[in-house]
Amino acid sequence: MANRLVSPIVWQRATVIETVRETPQARSLMLALPHWQRHRAGQHVEVRLTVEDGYQAQRSYSIASPPEAPYLMLTVERIAEGEVSPYLVDVVQEGDQLEVRGPIGGYFTWQASQSGPLLLVAGGSGIVPLMAMARHHALAGSTTPAHLLYSARQVDNIIYHAELEQLATEDQAFAVFYTLTRGAPPGWAGFQRRIDLDMLEDVGWPPAQHPLIYICGPTPLVEAVATMALHLGHAQGRIKTERFGPTGGS
Amino acid sequence: MDASRRLDGNAAAGLLREIFCWEMTSAAVTCGNCGATNAVGALIIYASPMGTVLRCPACEQPLVRVVRTSNDYWLDISGARCIQVTPDTAAT
Repeated sequence: MANRLVSPIVWQRATVIETVRETPQARSLMLALPHWQRHRAGQHVEVRLTVEDGYQAQRSYSIASPPEAPYLMLTVERIAEGEVSPYLVDVVQEGDQLEVRGPIGGYFTWQASQSGPLLLVAGGSGIVPLMAMARHHALAGSTTPAHLLYSARQVDNIIYHAELEQLATEDQAFAVFYTLTRGAPPGWAGFQRRIDLDMLEDVGWPPAQHPLIYICGPTPLVEAVATMALHLGHAQGRIKTERFGPTGGS
Repeated sequence: MDASRRLDGNAAAGLLREIFCWEMTSAAVTCGNCGATNAVGALIIYASPMGTVLRCPACEQPLVRVVRTSNDYWLDISGARCIQVTPDTAAT
């Protein structure tokens, strides 16, 4: 048997200190952990639930809070047939404890020190890790120009809508663009279609500016947008993706 | 395989961190089949209860297979020519 010389990532008991209803399908959980290591925007954690008979279910959730925050914020969207997300979205209360380990991942991360304009493209709950980046951008006082393109079904499904509007007002280097794919309210000023080449070109940066592009959401959206970005002439090495699977959650 | 079930290598970050002492999604893997080099986080995963298979995004060759049994981790990296790990203590 191999002896471990370096400590593995360990499970910690996180305490839910606050919950915030974001949309009918999504809720944010603010967690306090006994031993939290500063994370990077874009990283995720794993959450493990154990039921009385010992059965365990484990899922990955992106971190929504920026590295500067004193707590860990996860935003979870309910998956209809899910084992874990309905519990986190509808059942967990302040004071409850969850098993959490992380932060995990170093690839799909952004730090304010990185060069190049930033293009963030989110589909549905794919906004979560990108929100950590947008919040980090504002709190770090980054002057790197950043654009967020956020595709949601309907206006009620836009997670962090009010805060995004506020960030776009207060953070001079940050702008947000929305597109709704299943109908818009009267007077809607944003896009009203699936993300396409024209939209990506309008909202993004020319390849000559070497933007860093982060795409997160349901797998079909992520792959379609990544293909468009390559078609527009962006370098593969500047495009980072985080696929959430068929329905945009796990 | 159902294309909509594809995930990024990022999804295996926690599992790989159980085995390796470094954050592994930033490690660079060279495909033994086509020679493409990509970050582990940019590899393709098809989620399966049987185990985790990380494939080359260029040619879909299996590069890293991880199966966890009750007592052991089985790690098959025969599809990869080379894995370059850059220690980064800030990201685990």
